[in-house]
Amino acid sequence: MSVFIKNFMRYRFLLVELIKKGVKLKYRRSYLGIIWTLLEPLLTTIVLTVIFGSLLNRGDSTAYPVYILSGRLLYSFFSSGTNTSMKSIRTNAGMIKKVYVPKYMYPLSSVIYNYVIFLISLLVLAAVSVFLGVFPTWRIFIIVIPLFILLILTVGVGMILSTMAVFFRDLEYLWSVALMLIMYSSAIFYYVEDITRNSPNKEILFHANPLYCCIAVFRDALFGQPIEWGLCLYAAGFSVISLIVGVVLFYKKQDKFILYI
Amino acid sequence: MTMAKPVLEVENVSMQFNLSKEKVDNLKEYIIKSLRGQISYNEFWALSDVSFSLNKGDRLGILGMNGAGKSTLLKVIAGVLKATKGSVKTRGKIVPLLELGAGFDKQYTGAENIYLYGSVLGYSKTFINEKYDEIVEFSELGDFINVPIKNYSSGMKARLGFAIATVVDPEILILDEVLAVGDAKFRKKSEAKIQSMFDKGVTVLFVSHSLKQVKRICNKAMILDHGKLLSFGDIEPISKQYRQMLDA
Repeated sequence: MSVFIKNFMRYRFLLVELIKKGVKLKYRRSYLGIIWTLLEPLLTTIVLTVIFGSLLNRGDSTAYPVYILSGRLLYSFFSSGTNTSMKSIRTNAGMIKKVYVPKYMYPLSSVIYNYVIFLISLLVLAAVSVFLGVFPTWRIFIIVIPLFILLILTVGVGMILSTMAVFFRDLEYLWSVALMLIMYSSAIFYYVEDITRNSPNKEILFHANPLYCCIAVFRDALFGQPIEWGLCLYAAGFSVISLIVGVVLFYKKQDKFILYI
Repeated sequence: MTMAKPVLEVENVSMQFNLSKEKVDNLKEYIIKSLRGQISYNEFWALSDVSFSLNKGDRLGILGMNGAGKSTLLKVIAGVLKATKGSVKTRGKIVPLLELGAGFDKQYTGAENIYLYGSVLGYSKTFINEKYDEIVEFSELGDFINVPIKNYSSGMKARLGFAIATVVDPEILILDEVLAVGDAKFRKKSEAKIQSMFDKGVTVLFVSHSLKQVKRICNKAMILDHGKLLSFGDIEPISKQYRQMLDA
């Protein structure tokens, strides 16, 4: 353990540099630069609000765009975080083959740089909420809990995927299908109550999805509603387990990476 | 006589590769083939039971035919590959002068890459800040330092890589063939830089096919043959033996 910490301290600057690189390069080639982080979720929220607001007859509620935007931001962080960390070992194969660096730096930095971009994009959510009259209550402080759980979950899942993707190239396609399933069961643009009103036993479909649980608790805190602590606990447990599985799997297999990339 | 601790200790290092007959790199094939019991490997030992140690200031030439395991040995020592069996102990900083600039990002400018590549080599931020001017000056890039690397010539990239990698005083230097970096003028400068490291007593691992170069640089040598350590010792007897092997 002390060897691990010593090694981490020696390479912590590499982690910082990789995170910086991710954030810097993401928008370097575009004219609007980092503004895209703010503009893109705003535009998709407008599209989703217009379409689903009229389809689901939710257009009258001013809180609806805030509801969509919050779900979408959390989902898109999870999606881009797991995707980039899954591909990180292959992307950095050139470096891994030539110089020794602690390999977990690559999936870890991928998730963290996406997290930084995600945190910046939360500014849009704050602006839209205030603009539409969703004002924070004292519960807004609870928001850090689902945000932290989400980070752990994404790192854990990202570690598992990055290890497996080295050995199985087709995992990328499978994961994009899995992500679609996760997206539709995360209640991003519809209300779970609308579905469970007629068939209450379908609730389990949502509650089994840790990402939905994060989103639900995040929204509770945002809208100042009572927090669903059960969901929060489940998501926290799921995240910690996925992190443990991810770390153990990665450590067991990392010496073999170089033979496959 | 002082009994200095060896700088590099290689103990019973063996490296095994699984050469699968067909490369299975996706889940679909893996599941089908393992259900049918068709996954098979050819075991191949790139290194078997190699042991030696070097003291401070030793300069070791690694000789051997193609496929003898020279590059594998260097990679194991540099920590890129992990030995299947055995252990490698090193004291102090290793600088591998192999494929300079492998850690560069094309979209980054030269200046940004100094920090990125420096961090890959395990330098701290304060260290790079201190040495930044020295690196830029040595690389002779001038104003190009603020241009993305993708616009560099290969010589410019190699010069920058060399300048970053050699800005530290390493305990162990790994050289694969003789460096041909940039034009004649820069080559002279880089050779002088390496010579100054020699003078400071750096331990060198040097791989080359040219016996002449090895004799010029090294005081010790080893011969690898099909992953086995054939002989290890002072340069003169070993190079004589190697020449006999070549003539045979």
